[in-house]
Amino acid sequence: MSFKDYVRSNLTIPNAAAAAILTVSVPVMIYRFLYGLGPSTNLSDTNPWGIWIGVDVLCGIALAAGGLVIGTAYHLFGMRQFHHFLRPAILTSLLGYLFSVFGLLFDLGRYYRLPYPMVVSFGLSSIMFLIAWHFALYILVLLVEWSPAFFEWINRKTLRTWANKLAIWATIFGVIIAGGHQSALGALFLVAPGKLHPLWYSELLPVFYLVSAIIAGLAIVIFESTLTHKIFRRQVGNFDPAEFDRLTLNLAKGASAALFTYFCLKVFGVVHTHNVTLLFTPYGYWFLLEILGFVLLPAFLLATGVRYKNVRLARWTAFLVVIGIILNRINTSVIAFNWNAPVRYYPHWMEITITVGIITMEVLAFRWIVNRMAILYDHPDYESSH
Amino acid sequence: MGLSRRDFLKWTAAVTGTAIVGRRDKAVAEDVPRPSPERYGVLVDTTLCIGCRKCEWACNEWNKNPNQTFKSFEGKSVFNTVRRTHAHNFTVVNRFINPETSTPVYVKRQCMHCEEPGCQSACFVDAFKKTGKGAVIYNADVCVGCRYCMVACPFDIPAYEYYEPLTPRITKCTFCFDRISKEGQVPACVQICPAETLRFGKRNELINLAHERIRNNRRKYIDHVYGEHEVGGTSWLYLSSMPFEDIGLRTDIGEKPIPNASKGFLFMTKLFEIVAAWPLVFGAFYAISKMKQGNSRKTPPEAEKEGHGKKS
Repeated sequence: MSFKDYVRSNLTIPNAAAAAILTVSVPVMIYRFLYGLGPSTNLSDTNPWGIWIGVDVLCGIALAAGGLVIGTAYHLFGMRQFHHFLRPAILTSLLGYLFSVFGLLFDLGRYYRLPYPMVVSFGLSSIMFLIAWHFALYILVLLVEWSPAFFEWINRKTLRTWANKLAIWATIFGVIIAGGHQSALGALFLVAPGKLHPLWYSELLPVFYLVSAIIAGLAIVIFESTLTHKIFRRQVGNFDPAEFDRLTLNLAKGASAALFTYFCLKVFGVVHTHNVTLLFTPYGYWFLLEILGFVLLPAFLLATGVRYKNVRLARWTAFLVVIGIILNRINTSVIAFNWNAPVRYYPHWMEITITVGIITMEVLAFRWIVNRMAILYDHPDYESSH
Repeated sequence: MGLSRRDFLKWTAAVTGTAIVGRRDKAVAEDVPRPSPERYGVLVDTTLCIGCRKCEWACNEWNKNPNQTFKSFEGKSVFNTVRRTHAHNFTVVNRFINPETSTPVYVKRQCMHCEEPGCQSACFVDAFKKTGKGAVIYNADVCVGCRYCMVACPFDIPAYEYYEPLTPRITKCTFCFDRISKEGQVPACVQICPAETLRFGKRNELINLAHERIRNNRRKYIDHVYGEHEVGGTSWLYLSSMPFEDIGLRTDIGEKPIPNASKGFLFMTKLFEIVAAWPLVFGAFYAISKMKQGNSRKTPPEAEKEGHGKKS
């Protein structure tokens, strides 16, 4: 292909959209790093956290739980049938974590001190400290789990064999620490009992975050595999659509059960703290929308999809679940947080621009890797036991 | 070792159960240092404050914050809004109106210097320290700027230098730590106060003094010393003639120290990670051995033929 053909082949609508977004957001990113948080955000002394924590970190990490869920099912429970879902899920998780940390850099006042909790000063009593270490370790875990695909790409057989052997140990280690930091993200808000609305504040916050992260992991795998099978159909090759649908419904079954559990936990949380009367306030209606519209409803829809083998319904519901998880994370960190403060927070356009830019970069990185490495198919030169 | 599946499930259930319903207050009580009787405090008697804001001026002077002339602090228009601390204001005086007598009540706000500070337990680089003198001080040399201390502070005190692009710091009242470390010196605000609103001393003695004042004048004071028990106790204590929630001091923050909220979680997480690690490691061995068996049974040509999604 000549250079001209190459350029022409890249002139597509998605590429044009990505280019347009990055043209705006990259200069804004540089502006933030040079001029600080004051001019580029609506953060204040009363509202120190905004959407960079709420969306980039909390949503990003919850939706990156796919690797944990599929890795556990495949490696620990021996569900070999999910082989086909493993590598895309691992890659989605790896990029999810990397770009969450990238997003976090914008939020940190002194971003160049990111490694301080690892090497300079240790705040052992801090939940944030646990999260920092777990993030770093879990990114290593995901790199190990992803590395077989990378070594196949650069064609290093010995390294790839070693990486494959390490992967199961990485998964074990990953299960231990992923549960720890998914729940720790919820536990972050335990120290703010007077600031988070009582309907969302609960001693069970860590449990809520952990269970909903598992739900998010299952939903995002359904969502992501649906999209990749459409967009990268040529790569997926000789897959069996009936088997793919059956496995999707298996995931939906798990998600439905987890959603019912989560719903009961949320109800228990409200009843246990004697906050039932608060349900009949504006914040109460918003809370009810979250747990009825985005937890109970999808739980029933997924159960229906499984019962009547309606894969289409299950796929659309997975999308609804993803929206629900995003809503929950934004509620705990932005909307219901500081609900009684004199000054409310709304994101600055630059905050939104940077978040959109980060998501665009993540999608581009995913596509770049999928187009080059054996993520959606088995590498022809290697046996398929990864 | 005969770790059966049943044992594993039992263990997991027990640990998870404790994590969910276990009361953590008791478990962590031992490792919390009780307030030392040597710690200092300040008693703020809001019934005496005249709203001259000289404390604000003295605070700015001592901490080298941007300041205005002594005279400019006399204007009353600043009281039209309720203010909070900011990057270069470590203390503010707010005005509230007593509805019964229509007289103004002035309330000075600054860091409360908690006995068990939420900011300290929130900080992941250990930038905060509760000193033996009682002051909670901050070390900008290790601060990464995550602002979790601001989230954790129940009094909304720490402020941030948002307009400092590369080296922003958290700022807050230091209890004039450099001054009170020297024998006989008091914080700048206490020294300048012309109305004897602020009284510096040993925290224990101040609590006794506060209760004595309440006993001697029950009609004047609300029978409560704000800060004696709030979030586990604070170095700064308040007396008032009006309900505390009506003069900007939150009464819904409870008596449980903020660090306890995270201690219980951290303890359970670490315990769970240590306990759960072993069944998972054995599980991995099991999975590997099973995988090996599976591989040895397969004949090579069959393995090559395997496409996607057809595995069982």
